[in-house]
Amino acid sequence: MTVATVSTQGSEPVFHVIDEHAHPEGASTMLGFWIYLMSDCLIFAMLFATYGVLGGNYAAGPAPKDLFDLKLVALNTTMLLLSSITYGFAMLTMEKSRIGATQIWLAITGLFGLAFLGIELTEFAHMIHEGATPQRSAFLSSFFTLVGTHGLHVTFGLVWLVTLMVQTARFGLTEANRRRLMCLSMFWHFLDVVWIGVFTFVYLLGMLR
Amino acid sequence: MTTDSHALHSAAGDHGHHAHDGAAHGSLKTYLIGFGLSVILTAVPFWLVMIGAIADKAVTALIVLVLAAAQIVVHMVYFLHMNTRSENGWTMMALIFTVIMVVIALTGSLWVMHHLNVNMMPLHDMSQMP
Repeated sequence: MTVATVSTQGSEPVFHVIDEHAHPEGASTMLGFWIYLMSDCLIFAMLFATYGVLGGNYAAGPAPKDLFDLKLVALNTTMLLLSSITYGFAMLTMEKSRIGATQIWLAITGLFGLAFLGIELTEFAHMIHEGATPQRSAFLSSFFTLVGTHGLHVTFGLVWLVTLMVQTARFGLTEANRRRLMCLSMFWHFLDVVWIGVFTFVYLLGMLR
Repeated sequence: MTTDSHALHSAAGDHGHHAHDGAAHGSLKTYLIGFGLSVILTAVPFWLVMIGAIADKAVTALIVLVLAAAQIVVHMVYFLHMNTRSENGWTMMALIFTVIMVVIALTGSLWVMHHLNVNMMPLHDMSQMP
């Protein structure tokens, strides 16, 4: 196939591999997806830097102490943390090819993700109702941009999760579906890592300001 | 044909067999350890801030930041399965590169903007006005 015996006139035969050797399909997907996540990490770093620079400019408007409810944030964080471990369980059952259990754990993960989003949107609605809109101050603009971008990521993660549940239900735990589920696993855990930064920098340090 | 290419494959330098290292999974035990650690590392900073256990706010902030850094490492190791071997070390390379970029961008922005704020503040010294 790809090996051409080039020379036999010398004493020893010389071999050249003309084509690159075959890679199994999807062999580099995980590395590629990891690099995508790292680029996403840079986006969040920029938003954190923006919040760090602007987060103290209240323009005589509400400050973190007037707006944040740490009990709600603690509940929110619990939801995301629980969704991380349940996604881990989904991966473990996927390894054992137990499709029913995988689907159930994925569904539970989705519900925790939905609870997280619901609590976050309730918080946003409450803040906007009190006049703390993104237009109010530089602090609020950077707050909504940073936390909103994270929420948007969770939303897309949920859309992806439902899509993969449908795919798995229709085609089973095929090689391709396993690969997709592993990518979503990295995405989901990565969002949890970003949330650690959010609850620390925005909420906890905001309350200490 | 397939056996042929397989033989070539290993001859060409043991590639491909490591392809699944990057997708290494944890076991139930490592997931539970990671979860337990992150529950502690989340609960303690929330408790510190909500109760106001330490009077000095700067000390509290420092502890909260250290705990967050620790939790990020815990998530990386136990949930994202980061190690120096996965994908022949390339995921770790990408991570180190990103961390360097993030540190430069964050410290650079905060440092520059802080000094801009400090040095460019209007002095409101009307006696200097012509």
